[in-house]
Amino acid sequence: MRNQDPRKTPFPARENWRRMKNRIILTVITVLALLPAIPLFLILFQLLKEGLSSLSLDFFLHLPAPPGEPGGGGIANALVGTLIIVGLAVLIGVPVSILAGIYLSEYGRHGKLSETIRVCADVLQGVPSIVIGIVAYAWVVKPMGHFSALSGSVALALMMIPVVVRTTEEVLRLVPDILREAALALGVPYWRTVLKVVLPTGMVGVSTGILIAVARIAGETAPLLFTAFGNQFLTLNPLEPMSALPLVIFNYAMSPYEDWWRQAWGASLVLVFMVLGLNIVSRILARKIAGEK
Amino acid sequence: MKVPYPIFRTEDLCAYYGDFMAIKHVTVSIPEHQVTAVMGPSGCGKTTFIRCLNRLHELLPGARITGKIYLRDEDILELDPIIVRRRVGMVFQRPNPFPTMTIYENVLAGYKLLGIRLKREEADRIVEDALRKAALWDEVKDVLHRRGTFLSGGQQQRLCIARALAVNPEVLLMDEPTSALDPKATLQIENLIVELKNTVTIVIVTHNMPQAGRISDYTAFFYMGELIEFGPTAEVFTNPKDPRTEEYLTGKFS
Repeated sequence: MRNQDPRKTPFPARENWRRMKNRIILTVITVLALLPAIPLFLILFQLLKEGLSSLSLDFFLHLPAPPGEPGGGGIANALVGTLIIVGLAVLIGVPVSILAGIYLSEYGRHGKLSETIRVCADVLQGVPSIVIGIVAYAWVVKPMGHFSALSGSVALALMMIPVVVRTTEEVLRLVPDILREAALALGVPYWRTVLKVVLPTGMVGVSTGILIAVARIAGETAPLLFTAFGNQFLTLNPLEPMSALPLVIFNYAMSPYEDWWRQAWGASLVLVFMVLGLNIVSRILARKIAGEK
Repeated sequence: MKVPYPIFRTEDLCAYYGDFMAIKHVTVSIPEHQVTAVMGPSGCGKTTFIRCLNRLHELLPGARITGKIYLRDEDILELDPIIVRRRVGMVFQRPNPFPTMTIYENVLAGYKLLGIRLKREEADRIVEDALRKAALWDEVKDVLHRRGTFLSGGQQQRLCIARALAVNPEVLLMDEPTSALDPKATLQIENLIVELKNTVTIVIVTHNMPQAGRISDYTAFFYMGELIEFGPTAEVFTNPKDPRTEEYLTGKFS
């Protein structure tokens, strides 16, 4: 029966059933694929519902007030604290990570040392954040004799280092060898080639890695509990205890006061949107790299 | 064979990738202010040979060179590779302008990347001079501060030539510089090569026999890592001494 009109299938009924099956399975899979996105939207919905009411200009500009006081105070100290603690963590963690990433990609690519560093970075990434906090307590808080923003930054830096090291390595490896050769053929020493050609070419990717790492650490609470500790007042001194958004959320949510709970929701909303913003910016950057190729 | 004014002279040059010997006992003199074409079938060591001449070969892990390579009277294997590469420029198979730099900065890359500071007028003069030599000036003089990667493939390749010329090398090595280009861009680069030999010695790897015939004064024919034949192009092409050269030229293998 092969010589029939090729557009007609020999068994039309079966063909329809096949098409039907295809459609059913496609629908099921699409629905299942949407499932992971649902929690995010539920979270955002919950945050907006509970937290939106506490958002106001005062919430961003004022210091915390005792429970029951009208107006309820704000989280200015925590916002500033998060910026300072995360900023310091970036200052501590990023240079080290970029240099390590450069070593892995440009110098020791296949060496034993590189393999060791890679394994260590992966293991460090898996260390629970509460343990990182305890270690930072032992290394910084104890010798200094008191809690400080700096010790919190050290803990957060430890958390971001493995992420930035690995992304830097991967991004730099993607820089085509012909660019390295172009520079070397001009008589440029290797270290200058790396710093002035390879690193700038991969800079967008490296920045993406840093943003992702920052988004990851900005919401970390456990490493700050016994390092930065928290502070009811606004301070800019990194050697003093300092507040941070996750700490405020933790303390307020644990408190017995209803207006503090509302504040915790508000602070959660701010924190989540900060992290979301960082993620979106890093995605845009990542798309920019993809577009350049 | 003897050439009148050799700029490069190799003696018993061997190049290795690990245990694999890619260049076998090559002794040759390359004449100054001439275009020397390096030809041969794929995998015969052409590219490896010219990468020895600016010591890029040894950058690969496990790669090494034995023998002697004289640039004028200095053995470049005894010199600092960085000095060698400033005297011996290179243009690659695929155009590779630096994507983070403008056209202007790309031409000056040989200075900028080394941290050499130039006065504004001097920099302008070097850029114009190099771009004119590379026959690119008229096309890009109004867009000097745009990214080099916006140019067409042929323009990018001429930009790379300008970049190599800007540091005034004595020799320009070209590794199949037109193989990624369309016929028109290829013709432009060929004309450029012929013009450039007044200022710089050119050693060009090419797969393209008519191209070698059009632009080169001398031809070196490699086969399985050995230099089989070397002589004036007209002679090698019309009257090859080695049967393998003849077979290659008549298309029996490639």
